[in-house]
Amino acid sequence: MKWAAALALSALAACAPASDMLPERTLATELPSDEVQSGYAFLTSDTKRLQDDEFENPGYLWVERGRPLFQSSATGSPSCASCHSDGLKGVAATYPGIDDASGKLLNLEGRINQCRSNHQGQEALSYESEELLALTTFVANASKGMPQSVEISDRTASYLDQGRDYFLTRRGQFNLSCQQCHTENWGKRLRGDTISQGHSNGFPAYRFEWQSIGSLHRRLRDCDTGVRAEPLPFGDDTYIALELYLAARGSGLEVEAPAVRR
Amino acid sequence: MAGIRLAVPSTASKGDVIEIKALIQHAMESGFRRGSRGEVIERDIITRFECRYNGALVFAADFHPAVAANPLMTFHARAEESGVFDFTWTDQNGQVWQDSAEIAVT
Repeated sequence: MKWAAALALSALAACAPASDMLPERTLATELPSDEVQSGYAFLTSDTKRLQDDEFENPGYLWVERGRPLFQSSATGSPSCASCHSDGLKGVAATYPGIDDASGKLLNLEGRINQCRSNHQGQEALSYESEELLALTTFVANASKGMPQSVEISDRTASYLDQGRDYFLTRRGQFNLSCQQCHTENWGKRLRGDTISQGHSNGFPAYRFEWQSIGSLHRRLRDCDTGVRAEPLPFGDDTYIALELYLAARGSGLEVEAPAVRR
Repeated sequence: MAGIRLAVPSTASKGDVIEIKALIQHAMESGFRRGSRGEVIERDIITRFECRYNGALVFAADFHPAVAANPLMTFHARAEESGVFDFTWTDQNGQVWQDSAEIAVT
């Protein structure tokens, strides 16, 4: 409802780009646009250095692994690159997005798997499989440095609401919502860590805790587990809606994938 | 499936000290961790890294369980002649991963 009201407002300024529309809808629970900071801002200098060095950043192992998967193909089926010769530059910055054919919200993982089954005659890859992580990391890396700009419109409004609801709902034995940490208390200390604003622009990201790269959904599951709530399954529609909300909340942040996080 | 990334300058002047980096994708499972059901996750680590420059050993390292996953080695060598740097990683079971990089010394 709130999105719809705000959309009516922004329709008056119809020429405003999507990322400028968010502040008009700003609620007390969202971050003022001038305070939005990537998780990078909360890293130690050593970790920043590791992320910035394209050789030492271990996330690039998956970028390198994804490149041949993207460019070549299994026997008899077209490769990703045969359609997407530009390497999908800038595309990941606009995801999750609406699939025009079905009207459903798809994240990068969902889109890659849809391409595999519809156009490449191949089986969908399972979430967190090495192949899917390599492909998502490669495609996300092709948007590195570009501002996150997901579609904020009437056709995504219901998904944004759904994601926002999840973000604001207290859950788990700790009875905490996402926003209590990541909007109200970011920058403060929680155990040995500084609380970030909970943005998604670095994912898929290499986390020290995982000693591996992982999807945003893996991170969300960790957050849910952290407040002792039952995590949703990988690829769950609610997580995809949350992914959209997070991307909208962090509109304008540069894609950092593969970022290095604790 | 091990991914290997090497950073060796392609050219150098004779006598230059060059920086070499070698990264390999490996779980480096310490053997001290337990799974969700309490079972010990077996140790699986690389135990030896060697770098040879035209056949001569210029750098080597023994890895132990405390080395993190995806170990990155950064070290230096003096460029004496054009040739090849060979990198080998050997795990506890004798499995070997190899890669090499060429350098032109002028």
